[in-house]
Amino acid sequence: MLRASGEILGHKRYGEKYHSLTIVSPEIGEQARPGQFINIRLPEDSSHILRRPFSVYRMHKRGGWASTIEIVFDIRGAGTAHLASLRSHSIVDVIGPSGRGFILPKRRAHCLLVGGGIGAAPLFFLADELRNEGHRVDFILGARSSGLLLNPIDVRRLASVYRITTEDGGAGDKGRVTDALEDTMERCETEVVYACGPHPMLAAVSEVCVERNIPIQVAVEELMGCGYGVCWTCVMAIRRAPKKDEAPEDAITYSRTCIEGPVFNGATIVWNGSTAPIAEEQTELSPAGAPTRSTMSVSPSEHPPPGN
Amino acid sequence: MGETPDLSVNLGALELKTPVLAASGTYGAGREAEAFVDLALIGGIIVKSMTLVPWRGKPTPRMAETPSGMLNAIGIQNNGVDYFIAEDLPWLVRKKATVVASIAGNTVDEFVRVADKLRTGGRGLAAVEINISCPNLEDRSNMFAHSASSAAEVVAGVKEALPRLPVFPKLSPNVTSLTEIAGAVVDAGADGLSLINTVLGMAIDVETRTPMLAGTIGGLSGPAIRPVAVRAVHEVHREFPHVPIIGQGGIVSARDALEMIIAGASAVAVGTANFVDPRFPVLIAKGIHDYLTAHELTSISELTGALKLEG
Repeated sequence: MLRASGEILGHKRYGEKYHSLTIVSPEIGEQARPGQFINIRLPEDSSHILRRPFSVYRMHKRGGWASTIEIVFDIRGAGTAHLASLRSHSIVDVIGPSGRGFILPKRRAHCLLVGGGIGAAPLFFLADELRNEGHRVDFILGARSSGLLLNPIDVRRLASVYRITTEDGGAGDKGRVTDALEDTMERCETEVVYACGPHPMLAAVSEVCVERNIPIQVAVEELMGCGYGVCWTCVMAIRRAPKKDEAPEDAITYSRTCIEGPVFNGATIVWNGSTAPIAEEQTELSPAGAPTRSTMSVSPSEHPPPGN
Repeated sequence: MGETPDLSVNLGALELKTPVLAASGTYGAGREAEAFVDLALIGGIIVKSMTLVPWRGKPTPRMAETPSGMLNAIGIQNNGVDYFIAEDLPWLVRKKATVVASIAGNTVDEFVRVADKLRTGGRGLAAVEINISCPNLEDRSNMFAHSASSAAEVVAGVKEALPRLPVFPKLSPNVTSLTEIAGAVVDAGADGLSLINTVLGMAIDVETRTPMLAGTIGGLSGPAIRPVAVRAVHEVHREFPHVPIIGQGGIVSARDALEMIIAGASAVAVGTANFVDPRFPVLIAKGIHDYLTAHELTSISELTGALKLEG
């Protein structure tokens, strides 16, 4: 993670509401991994003082020292509205690449990517990398309506099997990604699931995966303050082993989305005080050596999240 | 050409190489900022408040951005004083940082016990800041900082446990009379004062009609509170001109830092600005240096309290 200036290469639109910025920032681009994010400063005279974080949607290596990062977002307020107005040659102050990205399987695996709305963004970078490494990629892309699907054209291109779902039935199957999840997992003999989207979606997908003993990595979106680990705004509640005399429901650590995440083992997250069962330790899944829960669990940071 | 301006300041026994520190809760224990800035160059790092045992902190949402500022209700999530002594402090000392511990608690006894541990284990500390903006469980959860007697009791207990370290209670602006609280803690043995802590505030989501913070009420920081901080520093300095003050609240530039110093601060702490760029404590010190050069001043301490008032 470092701070660098980036130059806007271009702006484009996806779907009904999404804006994309491609940023030239070789130092950050070279290091970026799927699941990580960048944090962009707003103009100094803005009354919105905090940076705005964005997952890396795509990273384009352009040879030599010219990697670019593409982000996609929708306009949520003045900060994103300002960024959506930027065009080529604007300069932005960027911190990144930040956080823990997705862990790729060690050996060739059947990977199912599940994305909801704008949350699907980091899964495109992930799909690119998984395909480069020879893994099979299947993809369920969902949204409330067809205009809110993020780049379904590329999903078709990237995935062996893909399902599109819209809640209003305007494209693909009517319903939610979770409606397509179980039979897609069976059909594709899924060995690992990577998901990104709203928290209720991630909770539902995680529950299915835990039931089926399939490793699940989720990239969460959580309100951030600094985005580099000092303010403790962006925490997620993560289950851990209870201490002596501690009730299991109290055995929770608040971990930072920006440092210990945004990618977490979905089986360990306490979703808004849900009483989902603590996932049992998962063992080696198949002779093909698909990733085990232990290889995917967040490796202990050098210094434990406080409040342990 | 004149000599290079001197940025060093003394706040009683506390010697700082520059008058700009990083405020508590905005720099962790330095590890995250290290990627961006040489910690040895910062006037001082006031670390995240530590408590007797680890505190988990409040549920989310813990923050809400507000115009020119932000509300926080983090809940002092920290690993506890033992972890600070065993891990954070030695690391900071190796990095040649100037370290100010910040301590918090919910009873006077908790503060004192943390101070006791720092007396024996706190080798390398330059000073201690006391975070008295905590609820006092022995006084119906009123903040220590809102009661002259509670604040004085904490300060007296901490000072007794730490006779050899400069002790700076951090005052809350959410009181009717800051000078009353300031006087009480000075009488109780404070070596100087940190002011201000955050201003109590609240924000509501009008779609859900619920508070934006899980804790409902939080602390406001950032440029929005700077005038409150400048007023506070001015009032306290005017009443207690010989008590060194670390001025903090909304400083995001050298100009803001100079304003606070002219109001009466001997040093300043930068907080919320660090969330945007951890280099701010160093950049602001450089800006102060440039101001001194431009105004042909030889030392920043000449400017403490240099406010010109009619009559």
